[in-house]
Amino acid sequence: MPLSLDSYLGSLPQALQLRAKRTELLASNLANVDTPNFKARDIDFRAAMDKAHHNQLQLKATQSGHIQDPAASTGGVPVQFRVPNQPALDGNTVNAETEKSQFSENAVQYQATLHFLSSKFSSLKATLKGE
Amino acid sequence: MSLFKVFDIASSSMSAQSIRLNTTASNLANAESVSGSPETAYRAKQPVFAAMLKGLYPSDNASVGVQVTNIVESQEPLPMRYSPEHPLANEEGYIYMPNVNPVDEMVNMISASRSYQNSVEVVNTSKQMLMATLRMGQ
Repeated sequence: MPLSLDSYLGSLPQALQLRAKRTELLASNLANVDTPNFKARDIDFRAAMDKAHHNQLQLKATQSGHIQDPAASTGGVPVQFRVPNQPALDGNTVNAETEKSQFSENAVQYQATLHFLSSKFSSLKATLKGE
Repeated sequence: MSLFKVFDIASSSMSAQSIRLNTTASNLANAESVSGSPETAYRAKQPVFAAMLKGLYPSDNASVGVQVTNIVESQEPLPMRYSPEHPLANEEGYIYMPNVNPVDEMVNMISASRSYQNSVEVVNTSKQMLMATLRMGQ
């Protein structure tokens, strides 16, 4: 039975990429915590993972003039604005505490995904060695 | 690799917050600089923050840094003080004080330093994540 590395790893690589993308979004939110009129943004991780599982067709851009899928970098789901529970008078909707806790949570989930991915490789190595 | 962009975003935030700290330091240092006319008097300076919507990565609108677009001077009226013996006093005997509010400036200072610390934290966490990624499979 030929082993396909893609199917062996499952959806872990997509999950890792999404986590990295989400890190970037949350870092943007934290950077703009004092910017007037900035709206905090995030992605729906569950919807993005669903999309990755079902492997939907995506727009392919082979030339610079082609229309780019705006949601291509976030696994096919659009970046959404966070619903503010207490927007500031200057129009900023970043809540530093929420963003910080989400950032920490995302970092831990990233490390967890990485750990799973790492153990996949370790077990593959162990199988190949046959010890 | 989007984790590298986090470094750019966090460093844009750190430089903007350090400009804010600089203006705060300047305002506090000049809180007692008196002047003989409203034109030459020191006015409190404040940086204007704006999201870098087209700055860091034009192709990617998800990574937004922050930049200081302008530094504005406060237009609040300057407090006048009657002290005819002061060498800088005008003909009516008034001197002009800067319109710096030390309480505002202290609040700005704490807010800027907290935001700066947040960015440092973001950089440290992202660095740990990247280093862990480099060690994957070992």
